[in-house]
Amino acid sequence: MNAPSTATPMRDAPAPETPRDDRAGGRPSVQVAVSHSAEGAASGGRETAIELQGVSCYYGSFCAVRDVGLTVARREVTALIGPSGCGKSTLLRTLNRMNDLVPSFRMEGRIMFDGQDLYGPRVDPVEVRRRVGMVFQKPNPFPKSIYDNVAFGARINGYRGDMHGLVERSLRRAALWNEVKDKLSQSGLSLSGGQQQRLCIARAIATEPEVILMDEPASALDPRATLQIEELMRELSREYTIVVVTHNMQQAARASDRTVFMTMDEDRAGYVVEAGETAGIFTNPRHQLTEDYVSGRFG
Amino acid sequence: MSATSPAIAQTRFEPRLMRRKLSGTVFLGLCLAAIGVLLIALLMLLVDVFGRGWPWLDGAFLTGAPSRRPAAAGILPALVGSLEIGLIVGALTFPIGVAAAIYLQEYARDDLVNRLLRTNISNLAGVPSIIYGIFGLALFVRALSLGYTLLAGALTLVLLILPIVILASMEALRAVPDSLREGAYALGATRWQMVSGTVLPAAAPGIMTGIILAMARAIGETAPLILVGAVTFVTFLPNPVDGGYTVLPIQVFQWASRPQADFQGIAAATIIVILLVMVVLNALALFVRVRLSRHIQW
Repeated sequence: MNAPSTATPMRDAPAPETPRDDRAGGRPSVQVAVSHSAEGAASGGRETAIELQGVSCYYGSFCAVRDVGLTVARREVTALIGPSGCGKSTLLRTLNRMNDLVPSFRMEGRIMFDGQDLYGPRVDPVEVRRRVGMVFQKPNPFPKSIYDNVAFGARINGYRGDMHGLVERSLRRAALWNEVKDKLSQSGLSLSGGQQQRLCIARAIATEPEVILMDEPASALDPRATLQIEELMRELSREYTIVVVTHNMQQAARASDRTVFMTMDEDRAGYVVEAGETAGIFTNPRHQLTEDYVSGRFG
Repeated sequence: MSATSPAIAQTRFEPRLMRRKLSGTVFLGLCLAAIGVLLIALLMLLVDVFGRGWPWLDGAFLTGAPSRRPAAAGILPALVGSLEIGLIVGALTFPIGVAAAIYLQEYARDDLVNRLLRTNISNLAGVPSIIYGIFGLALFVRALSLGYTLLAGALTLVLLILPIVILASMEALRAVPDSLREGAYALGATRWQMVSGTVLPAAAPGIMTGIILAMARAIGETAPLILVGAVTFVTFLPNPVDGGYTVLPIQVFQWASRPQADFQGIAAATIIVILLVMVVLNALALFVRVRLSRHIQW
């Protein structure tokens, strides 16, 4: 828990000892994380926030994600792209242990978060979810006032600071404050779709997470609201580590620093084909499948 | 197919607009007729009851005790009996019913045992009320030695309406979209914080409606109470745990079964009182619903 009324985000603290790729100075070229190598590629000089090692996901006996190795850099936007059903959302939901809620779900491999095993025996998924926030495909504000929507996460996690300040700060960071400051007591459901999604982002920010996961956050929104969300993602990545699943390749190209391309094999199990700098993935893909996908030939 | 434009005439559609619109009109007419039947039946009942009972309804009738002479008879013991039963039934049914529904809908896994449990609760809601009376007689009056008291009657009615309350509450909980549950979990809510902080408030109006409807049913019940000791001639105010009691519907039953016209009249007057109690109850439900759903604008 934070000290009372602290306004200092915890991410200003010095980075904990995380594995680092020390090719300092070397301009990072396109990095490839071939799926079965189980080792992701970290770009030079970047801090690793999350590292997936040989992650496979099962629903019952069905393998939804096979042997993914990947690193997610701190304070960057990492986009997961790929055709429908390739396990992007499943993979995303392993990062805040939302899949634990599905009775038939089982995961193999390790996910290191700040050097700590996310699925370790002493890790409580409830605490994980405060530190790794999530924004869903369809805006899902609670049927409560705008204020209570933002305050909910802080309240249930025992926030002892200045609640009004936290609500205002979160709404400002989500670029929603000016639109709602005069109607904080109105229902969150009275807002437009794009505003509702930004409210959900403010709600996620209010628990002061380190990572924000976004599962196709703009797919239910119109183009203008979509652009607002993308700008917000860019803005938020200065403070937060963001992982976003998207169907929209332009969105990945516009809003992400790194892109992970997934597809599925003949058993419908998803795997990572290629991961690296977004510009590299889109202009100079190393793998034929990636090139076919980003040029719109399949998927 | 002649008057329309050539482009339409050449298609292979047969719009038959007149016919499609006609079937809509016919269906609307059937719906209105159904409502008409309902309204006419209700109106006839009200006119009949008010015509016979209104002259008898005065302060003395509400505050007096039953009597052999219709002119001197009142319904205070039955009215108080009904209110006491309503209070006890409400106080017990609300927590038990809602807690059971929360368990079944939010906590229980979808395995064979719980599916059997749910099916059985649905079946219990359809069991004739007289059977609850027999069960109440065996359990509360005899086995638990409560005797023929108002408390035994209230507990019997609790059993009678619990399945209804549980089913209605489960339905209200089921109607809450899973996206709200996920949203709460994603913020680091425990299961109970998720249920109490998001699901229950969203389901509260629906749950309240179910409870009020079930309460109306309990207050209108007669058959099971006869078995667990509600007597027809009570001239004193009931003590919940000791002595005889009666309730409004039983008072109606007793007076209406007498041949004299005057008794028919006070039976009708009692029915008016029951109707008023129901109206008050429903108004209360509406008030609670509106208050609970202030923030819920889907």
